[in-house]
Parts: sequence; structure tokens; C-alpha cells
Amino acid sequence: MADPIVHMENITKHFGPVIALNGVSFDVKAGECHCLLGDNGAGKSTFIKTMSGVHKPTSGEIMFEGRKMNFASPRDAMEAGIATVYQDLAMIPLMSVTRNFWMGREPKKGFFIDFDKANSTTMSEMKKMGINLRSPDQAVGTLSGGERQTVAIARAVYFGAKVLILDEPTSALGVRQTSNVLATVDRVRKSGIGVVFITHNVRHAMAVGDRFTVLNRGKTLGTAARGEITPEELQDLMAGGQEMAQLEGSLGGTV
Amino acid sequence: MSDNGNGDGGALAAGGPDDERIKKTGGLRQWLIRPELGGIVGVIAVFIFFGVLAGDSGMFNAQGIMNWSQISAQFMIIAVGACMLMVAGEFDLSVGSMIGFAGISIAMFGVVWGWPMWVAILITFAICMGVGAINGVIVVRTGLPSFIVTLAFLFILRGFTIFIPQTVENRTIIGGIEEAAEGDWLAAVFNTDLAGWLFRWLADIGVVDTFSRGTRAGEPVISGIPMLIVWAFVLVIIGHVVLTRTRFGNWIFAVGGDAQAARYVGVPVDRVKIIMFMTTAFCATVFACVQVFEFGSAAADRGILKEFEAIIAVVIGGALLTGGYGSVVGAALGALIFGVVQQGLFFADVESSLFRVFLGVILLFAVILNTYIRRIITGER
Repeated sequence: MADPIVHMENITKHFGPVIALNGVSFDVKAGECHCLLGDNGAGKSTFIKTMSGVHKPTSGEIMFEGRKMNFASPRDAMEAGIATVYQDLAMIPLMSVTRNFWMGREPKKGFFIDFDKANSTTMSEMKKMGINLRSPDQAVGTLSGGERQTVAIARAVYFGAKVLILDEPTSALGVRQTSNVLATVDRVRKSGIGVVFITHNVRHAMAVGDRFTVLNRGKTLGTAARGEITPEELQDLMAGGQEMAQLEGSLGGTV
Repeated sequence: MSDNGNGDGGALAAGGPDDERIKKTGGLRQWLIRPELGGIVGVIAVFIFFGVLAGDSGMFNAQGIMNWSQISAQFMIIAVGACMLMVAGEFDLSVGSMIGFAGISIAMFGVVWGWPMWVAILITFAICMGVGAINGVIVVRTGLPSFIVTLAFLFILRGFTIFIPQTVENRTIIGGIEEAAEGDWLAAVFNTDLAGWLFRWLADIGVVDTFSRGTRAGEPVISGIPMLIVWAFVLVIIGHVVLTRTRFGNWIFAVGGDAQAARYVGVPVDRVKIIMFMTTAFCATVFACVQVFEFGSAAADRGILKEFEAIIAVVIGGALLTGGYGSVVGAALGALIFGVVQQGLFFADVESSLFRVFLGVILLFAVILNTYIRRIITGER
């Protein structure tokens, strides 16, 4: 396979006395979906915030397309082509889909926003993602959680993201919405974008992932390609083995 | 996935254009969720009400119209700033004190210290917008509610407004502004009557009355359109266009709608908020200038309670107290309702203290209506 777009090597991040990340290595290549799994508190959020420029790593290297990068802000990372879709902060509910879609990069005609262009582009991009909007003026608040994620993903893709980081996009969704979002992830990946998919749901990861990396207590426990690992093994790695095995036993293997 | 009924609750009818769980929304409903709705209904209601109650009292002749138009224009000027700030998710309770402070500042520089009036005006604008910026910086840096920060400035500014003229001049009302502003170009921007010819013509054809005695006998009772009204219209139009048609306006909505989400897509949240605090201060200073040059004096007790009147006008105009939604045109309609009712009660010879009762009642109704509208927009249940 090709060289990775983003390569993070041995990242550590300390918040005062707390060691949030203690040597995490991770990369993502064009056209793949690399799942980052971990239980709550494993350091997933800290890690993606480091990747998207919100936090600066205490030590370690971030390579973007082979060059060493030092993102000062989320804006820097965004300009380089790393787009992040946050779980619940992706959209502004009271504003229209168009206004959300173009937020921060509004097309201008002279002094004003070019609403003709903004509206028509939004409608057609949404259609590509399988969402038929009633009107581009529709407030994002009227969309379902899955649709909001999809709008945010469409936005990132339209603005030329090379790497798309999805922070638990499916964790608050129903069954059908989840499959829609997973289908979108698949479509995005096939268009040649590298997807970083953060989740603690092994089934969702298995549905779209090409590679899987498990994070536990601030450390990567290793990366496996599709077919090299079973869902049960992933689950065990995430939860830290022993304890989980007992719990699973008492729950009859349903978790 | 044969179960179409288990839809996504929105417009995502994957594959099909229609989702049977989405009710068709008619044009009426589209109209209902416009922020200006409450304002429009309110304006119609107060005009009918006073048309019946005070129709023959002179409220709707040229003089009467000019009377409530001026009062409404005053409210509009501060409502524009308050509206944009509220859309950006913040309040400014120091507006009223700022009005008093700005007036005294102009009087101190322009009259007491004898500087040219235009210099006094410009310095006052700089100081007040500076205070607005301080308000904004404290709010964004500390993350404290703007309610508390600007409440502090309500007292700080009012205190200085009394302390400074008291210490320097041993009085809290400073007159002589008219003389000091004589022939000053910038003072004229706040205190000129435009289109005097129109009213002389209207007087000639008998639409407008003329003075029957005194030094101005024969002149029309309305000498022109006051700059106050021009300022109000210009600010409303600029505010509306900036808010709805420009990139910066989009950011104002975003900052008030969800500051964190806005920050993640690269909107300079802090800068937008600080600029909005400065805009509010600018509007308060415009109000002070117009008032000072009209009265010919500045007094330390001017502007009391104006911050609340501005906020009420904005809320009647459909803005949400929580930010992210509102309309400058709506706020202007709210201000118009204010002016018409305040003066209408006077024309109708109703006890003017009832104006406050009205304020409280209409505020309550407006907030309830707005909450309902927000539920419709966001689909909350």
C-alpha cells in the first residue's frame, strides 16, 4: 500500500501530573478506514485532539504526507487537510443546513454571501450522500443525529479533506441511522480519503474497518489488519482481558 | 431494510424522495417560524388598538406620528446593538449606564474643557467602544456570564458618570452644549433636520400645521426629519444586512448557536463576541449623542433602565435569550411597538404607569412565543 497520509509516532501527552497518552503510534493511508478502538478513558479523545491540532503533543512526531508537522491550532490542521467530525458538536442546530455546511468558508460574491451557489452546492452534495433535503433553509435541528453526522462528513469531503477523523459517530445513533453513517464512511473511503474511525463498538468497527488499533490506558496495544483478528479478540484487548472475560461469562457472552 | 416506517425522523428518506413520517409543511408554518412574526403581529395589534382608542386624539396626524416615531427610533438605535449581541449569545446590561456616561463625556470634553465638539464626540466614541471591548474581553477570557460582567459595568460606569462632573464641576447636569456645538460638522450629523422643504410644502397644502404665534409663526410645526430617525433606519438596515447576508453575520449566529462547534470549524469566536460588545457600545453612544444635542445638556441620570428596554424590544422581535437566533428587523418592530404604546397611552390619556404593566405582560408573551418557535425549528418535543 501507499505511504501513509498521516503518521503519528510515539505520541505522549501529559496534562500536569496526568499521563493521558504514553507512547501512541498510529497512521492512516489514503482510501482506508483505520479504526481506533478503546474503552472510555483509554485516551481516544486526547489522541484525536492531538491529531486535529487542538492539543500539542508533549513528545512524539506528527508526519503529514512525509513532512513533519506542528499544528498550532485546529485551523492549521484543517488547512492541511485533516477534518474532524465531533460526536455532538458537529453542527449548530438553530442554523440552516446551508449555513452550517459553509460555516467558516462562506462563498462570497462581493461583500455578501453567495447564497445561490451555497444553496445549490449544499443540495447537490447532500444528494450525493443520500440525503434529500426539503430545502437548504431547513434548520439542522430538524435532522436526525445520523443525518447531522452525514452533513458534517459531506462538508469535510467537499472542502477537500485528505484525512477524516470521526469521533464516535455511531455511539448515539439508532440501528438504521448507524447503518446509514457506516455506508457513508464506506463511500468516503472509496473516494480515496483516509478515514480515522473512533469507536468502542467492535461490531461497527468490523463493519467498515480495514485496520484496527486498540488503545488502552494511553498506550497502543498494536494494530491488526482486517482478517487478522476476531471481534472477540478486539473486545478483549479493549477491555483489558481478564476482568472482561469473567463479566462476559456472567452475561452469557452477549456483550 | 424493508421497514420504511423506522425512518430517521428527518429528511433522510434513503432512496426515496418522500418520507411518510414527515408531515408536509405549508407556507403558513414557514411564516410562523420567522423571527419577525411576533413583531409584525404586535405592530398590527397596537396600531389597531390605538387607532380605536386614540384615533381622534392627534396621535395619527403629522405631529403625532413624528412624536412616536422619534421615541421608537430611540429604542431602535439601542435595540440594533442589543439584538446582534444577543444573537451572538451575550447580554449587555451596561447600555443604560453607557448612555449616561457618553453624554457626560461629551459635555466634559466639549463644554467644560472646551475642546472642539467633533473631537469630544470622537473621543467619547473611542472611550465607550473601548469599554465595550473590555466587557467583551472579560467575558471571553474568564468565561463568566455576560450578565454578571456587564452588571458590574452598569454600576462602574454610572458611578463615574456621577463622580466625574461632581468632582470637576460640582454638578451633575451640564448645559451649554447647543452653543458649544454651534456650527460643528460632527454634531450636525446627530442633530439636523432633513428635508425641511418637504414639510414646508406639506404645511402649504395644509397637511402639516404651522405655528400660529411666537418667533417661528408661519413655519411648519415639524421642521424636518430628525437625524435620530435617519440613524435608526441606517443602523437597522446595516445591522440586518450584516446579520443575514454576510460571512460575519453567519459567524454571529454560529457563535451564539454553539460557540464550541463554531470554534471547531475555524470561526474566531472570541473576536466576534468582542466586536459585538463594541457594536452595542457604539449604538449606546449614538443614542447619547442624539439625546445630548437634542436636549442641549447632559445629565448623569440619563439612560437608566434603557438596557432592559433594549433587551425587551429584542425579545419581542423574536430573538432567543439563549442566542443563535434573532432578527434586527424584528428588534426594530419591537422598538416600534414600544414607542407606539408608550406615546399612545399618553395620547389616549391613560395613566402612564400602566406602560410598565404592558411591558411586563408583552415580555412574558414574547418569551413564551419564542420558546414555542424554537421547538418548531429544532424539532424538540
